[in-house]
Amino acid sequence: MNWWQRLLRRNKMEEQLEKEMRFHLEQHASELIACGVSPAEARRRARMALGGPEQVKEECRDARGTRWVEDFWQDLRYATRMLRQRPGFAAVAILTLALGVGASTVMFTVVNGVLLRPLPYPQPDRLVAVHGHTETWNAKLYGEQNVAYPDFLDYKRESRSLTLAGSIFNDGTVSGSGDPEHVEFQEISSNLFSVLGVNLAQGRVFLPEDDRSGAAPVAILGYTFWQRHFSGRADALGASVTLDGKLYTVVGITPAGFRLRDTEPDLLTPLGQDTAKFLQSRGPHPVGVVARLKSGATLAQAQEELSLIGRHLAEQFKDTNADRSFKAEQLRPQVGNVGSTLWLLLGAVGLVLLIACTNVASLLLARAVSRERELAVRGALGAGRGRLVRQCLTESALLGLFGGALGVGLAALGFQPFVAFWPGTLPRAEEVQLDWRVLLFALSVSLASGILFGLAPALRAPAGELEQVLRASGRSVVGSSRRLHSTFVISELALAVVLLVAAGMLGRTLLHLTSLDPGLNIRNVLVSRMALSPGVLADTGRIRAAWQDVLERARRVPGVQSVAIVDTFPMREGNNTLGYWPTAVVPPEKERPLTLATSVSPEYFNVMGIPLRQGRFFGEQDRMGGEPVVVIDEVLAQQAFGGGQNALGKRLWVPDMGYGPFVVVGVVGHVRHWGLAADDQAQIRAQFYYPFAQLPDKYLRRWSELMSIAVRTEIAPLSEVESLRRELPGAAGDQVLYEVRTMEQLAGDSLALQRFLLLLFGIFAGLALVLACIGIYGVLAYLTGQRVPEIGIRIALGARPGSVVWLVLRQSLGMILIGVGFGTAAALAAGRVLHRLVEGMQPIEVSTFVLTIPVLVVAALFASFLPARRASRVDPVIALRQD
Amino acid sequence: MQPKSDLPQGTLDLLILKVVALGPVHGYAIAQRLEQVSRHVVQVPQGSLYPALHRLENRGLLTADWKETETGREAKFYRLTGKGRTQLEAEAASWERLTEAVALILKLSEGGAK
Repeated sequence: MNWWQRLLRRNKMEEQLEKEMRFHLEQHASELIACGVSPAEARRRARMALGGPEQVKEECRDARGTRWVEDFWQDLRYATRMLRQRPGFAAVAILTLALGVGASTVMFTVVNGVLLRPLPYPQPDRLVAVHGHTETWNAKLYGEQNVAYPDFLDYKRESRSLTLAGSIFNDGTVSGSGDPEHVEFQEISSNLFSVLGVNLAQGRVFLPEDDRSGAAPVAILGYTFWQRHFSGRADALGASVTLDGKLYTVVGITPAGFRLRDTEPDLLTPLGQDTAKFLQSRGPHPVGVVARLKSGATLAQAQEELSLIGRHLAEQFKDTNADRSFKAEQLRPQVGNVGSTLWLLLGAVGLVLLIACTNVASLLLARAVSRERELAVRGALGAGRGRLVRQCLTESALLGLFGGALGVGLAALGFQPFVAFWPGTLPRAEEVQLDWRVLLFALSVSLASGILFGLAPALRAPAGELEQVLRASGRSVVGSSRRLHSTFVISELALAVVLLVAAGMLGRTLLHLTSLDPGLNIRNVLVSRMALSPGVLADTGRIRAAWQDVLERARRVPGVQSVAIVDTFPMREGNNTLGYWPTAVVPPEKERPLTLATSVSPEYFNVMGIPLRQGRFFGEQDRMGGEPVVVIDEVLAQQAFGGGQNALGKRLWVPDMGYGPFVVVGVVGHVRHWGLAADDQAQIRAQFYYPFAQLPDKYLRRWSELMSIAVRTEIAPLSEVESLRRELPGAAGDQVLYEVRTMEQLAGDSLALQRFLLLLFGIFAGLALVLACIGIYGVLAYLTGQRVPEIGIRIALGARPGSVVWLVLRQSLGMILIGVGFGTAAALAAGRVLHRLVEGMQPIEVSTFVLTIPVLVVAALFASFLPARRASRVDPVIALRQD
Repeated sequence: MQPKSDLPQGTLDLLILKVVALGPVHGYAIAQRLEQVSRHVVQVPQGSLYPALHRLENRGLLTADWKETETGREAKFYRLTGKGRTQLEAEAASWERLTEAVALILKLSEGGAK
């Protein structure tokens, strides 16, 4: 019989054991009777020889090895009974734990989805990202460097350890039936899907013969695009789509949820068909390369191979590849800097969980003290100490499990709203879901909190001196218990202080940031990306005319005050950083100071309300062929020329612009380009503006793909969108306005994270405050309850109610002050963490403590006042007779 | 009658295995056999016999079934399993090595005194 059978056939085992013992005794007795012993005496002797059948049976049961399960089952039933007996206690404990576990599970679900889950491709650990690397490249600022298309083709051909695939981001206009639509597509090498290990939902992937210039244009549709344009009909295969004026035949459809380089493309086209010039050169490096290790190959081998090929290329193509090397890294999801925010929140939620657990622990402790006699009786009846501890732990673990189950339920409801409330878009939001990791997390957290925090009360199970406990009235509070209670209250208060101060800091920061001047007038400004008709992009003359037409038509729309076009606009909507120098002797690239460069039409400063400090704005005279001019901001004026006064008429050399030098014709106020929170700490703050009209022809097409229009309106900006769309259809009716926002929205969004953190920390701090107050109330009510006889004597001897209240309050005030002391120290440390992780965070100030801590002290005193008042109303006669 | 000494630690299992190896036998008979064979020299506590039997059964060294005795009563008969036989041989061998070694040491100490 194996272990399971022994466990499940318990009754049968018992029966057989009984039978075996009886057989033994009877056999022995009958032999003795045969020797002439009287039957009664024979039975007595047989029993003596065996040594107490019940004891032998008990030892046989132990030999089965199923004992602990049976004990556990017994404890479990007992624990359930105990909880049912005190439903109030059980409900408070379970709800408290559920809140703690639920909140931390929500946070963990998000952390798990965004940071921990592997990429959604088969065998993700065999996938590798290949990046270029040059000395001058600042990967922190620009992200990892991609690879030039010819370099990519060489690697793809040469590599023995990697199968490489490449893709580039692109955008364009889909026209034809219905309104023209701006789409984001990716151009991919034909083997991309096989490298990733993804099967298409329908149709076929690109073939090698599709992946070369001159082949018939084919496209794979993204699942969402397919749903939107073809309502998920299968006849999309073989249909055609007009992208940037060119007809593509649809050959396949991606599976639902397919993501490439962390976005879902609308369409995919073969990379090899693109004849753009920047793909022919080894200078620009637009291709994102993903590769799969061939079977048996390791990442180190791949890296070695890449370095070798890189050195060959460097020798062969000195002007483009001389200092360029290539590195292979495990492919990871790109989630930006979300990680630190998520860990911060998980930490904060952990504090709430700790407070919840401490609360439950102090509740359990109070109960353990009042159950001391019960446990002592059990001890006297033969239960070992270990057995008693186990029984207590079973109870608290059960509490933990109930709380955890409820908490997981809360988390299941809570994580979707959390993701929806995330400021901006949460990267990998589609990966955020309950999975086995989350359940394991919740299970371990709830079991751990149940067991860990049940441990202190459980260890109070009597060890020796049962007699004393049994004799004592059961009302005396032992010193150690009071100390433990105070420790719980003090830690709860300290944790609550940390959360309150953090919330206070965030609140102050947000107040400070919203009061900052963005450097422009954000009211009534509409900004929108704009894609010209694909048809005009081929010819620079037509491009200039098209933009002119856009400006003129938009100006005519009723309610529009002024219009401008611009390549990057404030609140971190894109940036173009360039090195500059104030004299003709320009040092090498690495030593040049950096500035933000913005291409604008003359009205831009009026549209944005950027104040003029010196000189003039741009005018119609700043055209192609005229002297190149710039308008600079105060920061650049200070950096380059030591102030606005000296700047006018000076020249700036900006080698990467490809023309110049530029004459400074005006100085304007600084604009908080990086957003309200981040601009003060940004690395590059200097700004200059140059006229779009002076942009050389060779850049015109690329820039036209980047331009936005900015409109200052007399009425609510968003109400102008439709009339602008109607007025700007373009020559062929396929001109598109997309990503329409107001500057007010953008400025608000630049503080969204801070606002979100403040909201969450506010909630956490509120929870902490409530939990800590419940904790302090519970502990004081309990401790005071234990002191009723003592208080009765005091009152009988003439103590006035006021002094009794003071007696209790003094006790709690001591705990509150110590808690606040520890909490303040911890809050200083936590404040430094916040300061490092949150942009624009104000340093901790005394005022933050002065404002937040009294809230806690008053709440805690109020919570202790109730038991104090009750104590002062003790009737001495009843109190003294109680025993 | 000489006072009986306690059974050395761990030898009860070995003795039980040896007795059961002689053929299927019930608990009472094992107790009798042990007492007879050990000629009342060592004390075999009947109380620890059954827990030991059950432990050996759970470890798969013994197996048991219910059969009738000669007197027509139902009793639990223990038999040795293959695993039990291997265990018995191993333990018996190690027991012999141990006693030999102990005997040798005892002789040595006399020789050393000379």
